[in-house]
Amino acid sequence: MTAHELIWRIAGGSGDGIDSTSQNFAKALMRAGLNVFTHRHYPSRIRGGHTYVEVRAKDEEVTSRGDGYNFLLSLGDSFARNPSEDAYYGNEELKPLAENLDELREGGIIVYDTGLFDEEDVAELNLEERAEENDWHVYPVNLREIAREHGRDVMRNTAGVGVTAALLDMDVSFFEELIRQNMSGDIQEDNLNVLEDAFERAEEFEHTHDLTVPTGENEQELGLMNGSNAIAYGALDAGCRFIAGYPMTPWTEVFTIMSQHMSEFGGIAEQVEDEIAAAALALGASHTGVKAMSGSSGGGFALMSEPLGLAEMTETPIVLIEAMRAGPSTGMPTKPEQGDLEHVLYTSQGDSNRVVFAPAGIKEAYEQTRLAFELAYDYQLPAIVVYDQKIEGELRSIPIDFFDREPDPDVGQVLSEEEITEAAHHESGTFKRFDAEAEGGVSPRTVPGQKGGRHLTSGNETNAYGHIDEDPDNRVAQMARRMGKLDSIREDLDEKESSNQAYRGPEDAQYGIITWGSQQGTVFEAVDRLNENGQAVKALGVSDLMPYPEAEVTAFLESVEEAVVVEMNASGQFKGLTQKELGRFGDKLSSLLKYNGNPFEPAEIVDGFEAIVGDDDAVPGDSTTFVPAAGD
Amino acid sequence: MSAFSAIDEDREIDPEEYTPGIEPQATWCPGCGDFSVLKALKQAMPEVGRTPEEVLTVTGIGCSSKLNSYFESYGFHSIHGRSLPIARAAKLANPDLEVIAAGGDGDGYGIGGNHFIHTARENHDMTYIVFNNEIFGLTKGQTSPTSPKGHKSKTQPHGSAKDPIRPLSLGLTAGASYVARTAATNPNQAAEILAEAIEHDGFAHVDFLTQCPTWNKDAKSYVPYTDVQESDEFDFDVTDRKEAAEMMYEVESKLYEGEVLTGRFYVDEDRPSYTEEKQATGEMPEEPLAEKYFDEDSEWKRSYDLLEHHT
Ligand SMILES: Cc1ncc(C[n+]2csc(CCOP(=O)(O)OP(=O)(O)O)c2C)c(N)n1
Ligand code: SF4
Ligand SMILES: [Mg+2]
Repeated sequence: MTAHELIWRIAGGSGDGIDSTSQNFAKALMRAGLNVFTHRHYPSRIRGGHTYVEVRAKDEEVTSRGDGYNFLLSLGDSFARNPSEDAYYGNEELKPLAENLDELREGGIIVYDTGLFDEEDVAELNLEERAEENDWHVYPVNLREIAREHGRDVMRNTAGVGVTAALLDMDVSFFEELIRQNMSGDIQEDNLNVLEDAFERAEEFEHTHDLTVPTGENEQELGLMNGSNAIAYGALDAGCRFIAGYPMTPWTEVFTIMSQHMSEFGGIAEQVEDEIAAAALALGASHTGVKAMSGSSGGGFALMSEPLGLAEMTETPIVLIEAMRAGPSTGMPTKPEQGDLEHVLYTSQGDSNRVVFAPAGIKEAYEQTRLAFELAYDYQLPAIVVYDQKIEGELRSIPIDFFDREPDPDVGQVLSEEEITEAAHHESGTFKRFDAEAEGGVSPRTVPGQKGGRHLTSGNETNAYGHIDEDPDNRVAQMARRMGKLDSIREDLDEKESSNQAYRGPEDAQYGIITWGSQQGTVFEAVDRLNENGQAVKALGVSDLMPYPEAEVTAFLESVEEAVVVEMNASGQFKGLTQKELGRFGDKLSSLLKYNGNPFEPAEIVDGFEAIVGDDDAVPGDSTTFVPAAGD
Repeated sequence: MSAFSAIDEDREIDPEEYTPGIEPQATWCPGCGDFSVLKALKQAMPEVGRTPEEVLTVTGIGCSSKLNSYFESYGFHSIHGRSLPIARAAKLANPDLEVIAAGGDGDGYGIGGNHFIHTARENHDMTYIVFNNEIFGLTKGQTSPTSPKGHKSKTQPHGSAKDPIRPLSLGLTAGASYVARTAATNPNQAAEILAEAIEHDGFAHVDFLTQCPTWNKDAKSYVPYTDVQESDEFDFDVTDRKEAAEMMYEVESKLYEGEVLTGRFYVDEDRPSYTEEKQATGEMPEEPLAEKYFDEDSEWKRSYDLLEHHT
C-alpha cells in the first residue's frame, strides 16, 4: 500500500444525500490540512440502484481515486422500502453494503446502519467470515436511532460522519463548523446534536483497527472544486458572456454553473429548444461581437454537427464543450468513457478545421478552456473542450491562488470603426471580410452595427466579400487559408513556455505509456508504482488533439522501445489518431482499453503494463482489454 | 459612446443603398415570386429609417434564402432551417440591431419548425419573412409542408397524402405577436406589411406567398387576391386572439380552394418582447452586451470572486 492515506467510501441510495455528505467530508479534511480527491459513482436510474462516493485524503497531492478503499460507511438505501420490488431488483436496501465489499482493502473498516438493515439479511452476507479473512473491522451502529433521537431520519448521514470521526481520531470541530456554515435554525442544532452523540458513542466502542486519519498542513489556502467548476470559471475568465444550451448529463453541470452566474457577470444565458439551436445561438451571438459558447454530451453534440461546420466555414469563433459519456446512443448516461474522440474531431461535413483540447484534470480544464477561447477568437474558428464524467464530477483540492488571474475579454481581430475606414472594401463599399491573402490566414472581421463593415457571411464557399463563389482558384485559396490556421496554431502552441502535454517517469525509460484527457492522473500514479516495482517506464499525457502535437509525441515514441496507449474506449481511438497523424509507430503501439463504465484504477494499469511487457498472453484484468501492436 | 455608429444614424436613405454592388441582379428564375419580396423589403427599409449597416439579415438555405445575397446589409446566409436561432442570438447580443430572418416554407415550417415555434413563443423583437411557394424550390420541386394535399411531385408521385401545415395558426398559437400574409402579386401591401412588421416590437411573422413558376407550374400566381382589411366581406378584430384564430383558419383553408386572402391577422402591441421580459427578471443587461467588448472602461468580473464557496 502507498503512503498513509484514507479512502473513505460512503454508500447509500440515490436519494440519501451521499453527494452533499461526501462534499462536506472532503471539505472538512481539506480544512484540516490534507489534499483531497473524490470519486463519484452513480447509477442512471433515479430511484433504486445505489450510489457511492469515495473521498481520498493524503498529506501530499492526490491525482487519482486510488485502488480500492479502506473505510466503508454504508447507510443502506432508505428509498428502497417497497417489498414488492424485491422480486425485480433484489434487496435494494442491502446493496450499499453487499455490493461494496469486494474492493475494501485488508485491514479496512466497515460501519453500517443497523437501523436500516435486517439482521437476517446481513447474516446472509457472511460478513463475519469475510471480515476474519480480510482483517476487516466491523462496527454495526444504529445510525437511524441516533438521528431520530435528536432530529429526523435523514440525519443518519451526520451520525455516520460522527462515528467515522471517532473511529479515525479526527477532529470533529471541522464538521461542526461546516454544519454551522451550511445550515441554520433547528436543523443546524439537531445536526450538531446528532454529530456529537454519534461521536461520543463511537468513542466508547472497543476500537480493534489501526487505521487513523492522516495529518497534514497545507501551505496555501485550498478550494474544493470539480472539472465543471473549472471549465465554467475558465470560460467566465475568458470573457465569455453568452451561453446557450440544453441539458444533458454530464454537460448539464457546466451549463448550470454558467447559468447561475451569468447575470451577476453581466452576460446572457439561454436554455433553448434543442442543441442545434444552442450551437446556432452561440454562433449568432459571436457573429455580433460577443464571446459565446455552448456545449453538450454525445447525443446533443451530434445535433450540433451542422452549426459546428457552419462556424468553420463562416469563420465564426465559438467554444463548444463536450462531456463524453458511454455510448453509442444513450449508452450509459452517467458513466464515463472516452468514446467520442473521433466524434468531436471529425463530425460535420468537409475537412475539420477546429481546435480540440482534452484537459487531464481540474487546473488543466480551467487553463485549456481559457486557451480554447483565446484561439477561437484569435483564429476565428470553433474550439472544443472534450472531457468526461470523471473530470466533471470528481472534486479536488486546488490552491485558490491558481485562480487569481486577469480576465481576458479580447475578441481577437475585430476592427474598430476607425480601423474599418483604413481597411479594404469593394468599390461599392462592401467590406472585404474574407481576404484570401490575409496575414497568417486570419482576415480581420467587423460586426453588425459597425459603420463601414457590412458584408455577407455564408455557409457556402464565398469570395472575399462573403458572396457565394465556386471558382476553383478562389476555392483553393480560401480553403488553404482556412486550413492553414491550424498550422499557425500548432506553431503558437509549440512556442509556448508550457505545453499542454504532461510527462511522468524517468526520461531514459525503456517503455512508454501514452494516454489522453482524464486518465492522466491515474496513469501517472501507475507509472510511479511501476518504477518503484523496478520497471523502467515513463508516461505522456496528451491534451492537444487538434492540431495534434506531432513533435512532442514523435520525440516520446522515438525514445522508447514500446508504448502502451491507455484509453477508455473499445476501439483505441487515440491510438488510431496517433498513427494517422504520425504515419508510423504501428509496430510500437499496443492498447490497454477499458469501457465497462468505470475509469481505470492505477492497479489495472500496473497489472496491464506488466502483463504486456512480460509478453503475457493473458488479458491483464477482467475489466480491461489488451490489443497488441500491429505485427505483434 | 457606442462602438456601433451605424445604429440610429439619422439621415435620408436612398432605396438603392440596399442594392449590393457585388450582386446587384438577383438570379432567381424569371417570374419567381422572390423578386417581389426583395423589392418590397427595399421599399420598406427607408420607410422605417434603418440603414444597411444597422440591419442584420439572417437566412437559411433555399432559393428564398439567397435574399441577402441581393440585399445589401450585414448578412448571414446560414444553413437549412437555422436562421432563427442565429438571428435571435444576434438580437440578444445587440438589441439595437434591426434583425430580419428569412427563408422558405421548407426552411421555416419544415426543418426549422421547432425553432419557429420557440422563437415565436419567446417573442423576440424581430421580423421573420417566410417565402411560401408551397414547394421546395432549390432542390427542384419536392413537396413542402405547405404543398396542398394531393400535390404530386417527384417524391410524392401519388400525390401528397398530408394536409398542409397551417402557418398562420401555428405562428399565433406559438406566440407571435404580429401575424400577416401578403403576396408577391400585391407589391404595395407587401411593402406596407413588411414596414409594419419591422416596426412591430415583438416577433412579427409574415407569410409571403411567392409563386415558383419553375417547379410549381399548377400553382396559382396568387391572383386575384383579397386584402381582408380592405374588403367589406370580412369583419374581425386583429387584436382579438379568438377572432384572429378563426380568421386564420378560414384563410388557410381558402388558399387551397383558390381564394387568396391576405392582410394582417393578428396584432398584439401589448405583449412585452423577450428582451423586455428577460431584463425585467434581471437576467439580461440593460446595455447591449456587444458594447461591453468595445468599451475600454467595461468592468469584467472574474471567477476568483466566487471562490469563497469552495474554501
Ligand atoms: C440539412 C439539409 N437538408 C437538406 C438540404 C437540401 N435543401 C436545400 S434547400 C431545401 C428546401 C428548399 O425549400 P424551401 O425552404 O421552401 O426554399 P425555396 O427553395 O422553396 O425558396 C432543401 C431540402 C440542405 N441544404 N440541408
Ligand atoms: S426554382 Fe422556383 S423558387 Fe427557385 S428561383 Fe426558380 S422560380 Fe424561384
Ligand atoms: Mg419553398
